[in-house]
Amino acid sequence: MSVERTYKEINARIKAGKAVVLTVEEVIDRVREKGLARTAREVDVVTTGTFSPMCSSGVFLNFGHTRPRIRISKAWLNGVPAYAGIAAVDAFLGATELPEGDPANSDYPGEFRYGGGHVIEDLVARRPVRLKAISYGTDCYPRREVETNITLDEINEAILFNPRNCYQNYNCAVNLSDRTIYTYMGILKPRLENAHYSTAGQLSPLLKDPGFKTIGIGTRIFLGGGTGYVVWNGTQHFPGALKDENGRELCGAGGTLAVLGDLKQMEARWLVGTSFRGYGATLTVGVGVPIPILNEEVLEYAAKPDEELYAPVVDYSDCYPNARPGNLGIVSYAQLKSGQIRVMGKDVPAAPLSSYSRAREIASILKTWIEKGDFLLGEPSQLLPGPEARLCGKFLNVK
Amino acid sequence: MAPEKIVLRFGAEKADKPLIYRLVKDYDLIINIIKASINPHKEGTMVVELTGERSREGIEFLRSQGITVHPLTQEIARNDERCTRCGACTVHCPTSALYMERPSMDVKFNSDECIVCLSCVKVCPVKAMEVRI
Ligand code: SF4
Ligand code: SF4
Repeated sequence: MSVERTYKEINARIKAGKAVVLTVEEVIDRVREKGLARTAREVDVVTTGTFSPMCSSGVFLNFGHTRPRIRISKAWLNGVPAYAGIAAVDAFLGATELPEGDPANSDYPGEFRYGGGHVIEDLVARRPVRLKAISYGTDCYPRREVETNITLDEINEAILFNPRNCYQNYNCAVNLSDRTIYTYMGILKPRLENAHYSTAGQLSPLLKDPGFKTIGIGTRIFLGGGTGYVVWNGTQHFPGALKDENGRELCGAGGTLAVLGDLKQMEARWLVGTSFRGYGATLTVGVGVPIPILNEEVLEYAAKPDEELYAPVVDYSDCYPNARPGNLGIVSYAQLKSGQIRVMGKDVPAAPLSSYSRAREIASILKTWIEKGDFLLGEPSQLLPGPEARLCGKFLNVK
Repeated sequence: MAPEKIVLRFGAEKADKPLIYRLVKDYDLIINIIKASINPHKEGTMVVELTGERSREGIEFLRSQGITVHPLTQEIARNDERCTRCGACTVHCPTSALYMERPSMDVKFNSDECIVCLSCVKVCPVKAMEVRI
């Protein structure tokens, strides 16, 4: 008989210390050895992981009130502007924000030594961060300026909120032009000399649940070394399938997550300030999502190996910037991980931007947390829209 | 006279010129090639040790041929704590001093192979590669 499990049953087994939890890599081996049906009967949870640069990350901060009080209009953290139009002493700092006066790309290709992502790393590493804020002053909030050092433990709240993380799948970027280009996918040498890709392939969370049968609002996750939650679908969540040239569906694509967690629980090992020459600053984020093996179908997708997961090869010199559809073909993650792919008849060296070894570490930390009974599965109060919702992106029409 | 360690960088059009031969023959230099590599764009990098009275002149000759010459006084080190083992540097390192170990997908750094080309310093998204002087 095929197996059916509920979150309640899995959580009861986790509490009793009896849950069988495997990482993706382990479950792939187990399925190869024992087959899908038997593995589905034996395994309760499969853990995934990814560790990649993720723009659309940021942190809500509540600094606490000064004496006398201030109603902050503008705030800077280590010189990086934070958005203070929320409430008196709250601000949101985005990972891609640059310090005021940063030369950016005026001296192309710019270096981007420091940005919002680096401030977040400094905070989480417990390094002091310089806060500067100004105000116009009111009767109830008379103070007009403040400048001081803050540390993560001294302020009231720090909530990591990333509106679009954990991309389900991503382009493998190449450059067909005659000059080096500087992109958020790294430095791409001319004439197809290199290719960069950016998911952990078989370990990558959303590739393992392409139908969004288990991930939803309230899914408890590993986030930046602490516990976090899926709180909504990410922005630009357009789940669908990557197709080959014959229209055959290959694997998931297009899904994203909005995630949230307490920055105070997190560690700098899993939130690293990042910058791409000629492009800008961002944050590398560690995310791990547990997949409850509710039935055989869920396991079938969770156990897909690199050989059965694919990425589209996209030209970043023309197609991508000009938003032209189409790609230069499809390559499997097994090919990408071998370090060489074939594009337009040419062998091209390929390198990741996403750390596979750190993704593996996340999957195994999450496994340990669950095995120890410290981490119960969060049953989604609502699943995220899957491919059947047929969500698709709009272009901004310039009128 | 103590040998002088220098790094030479030359473009594709120079890669096939008999420059080392000229250094030996015209300037009477003893040359020890420590490392040499040509990347897929056919750009070459070479680390050489020059010994001889006329090494200054030899270096001037190389420069006159459009070759970038600078002394090897820098060293590249990886901050292992900071390196996330992403691997982005591996396709940019001309000598594979930075390389991906498979199947573990761990990124290794073999400083003996490094020719201080500084590519990784520009490429590394988390600034894990550091120049030491
Ligand atoms: S690019 Fe930087 S972080 Fe990534 S493997 Fe190379 S040295 Fe490490
Ligand atoms: S400087 Fe960096 S890229 Fe250049 S050879 Fe050394 S390790 Fe490789």
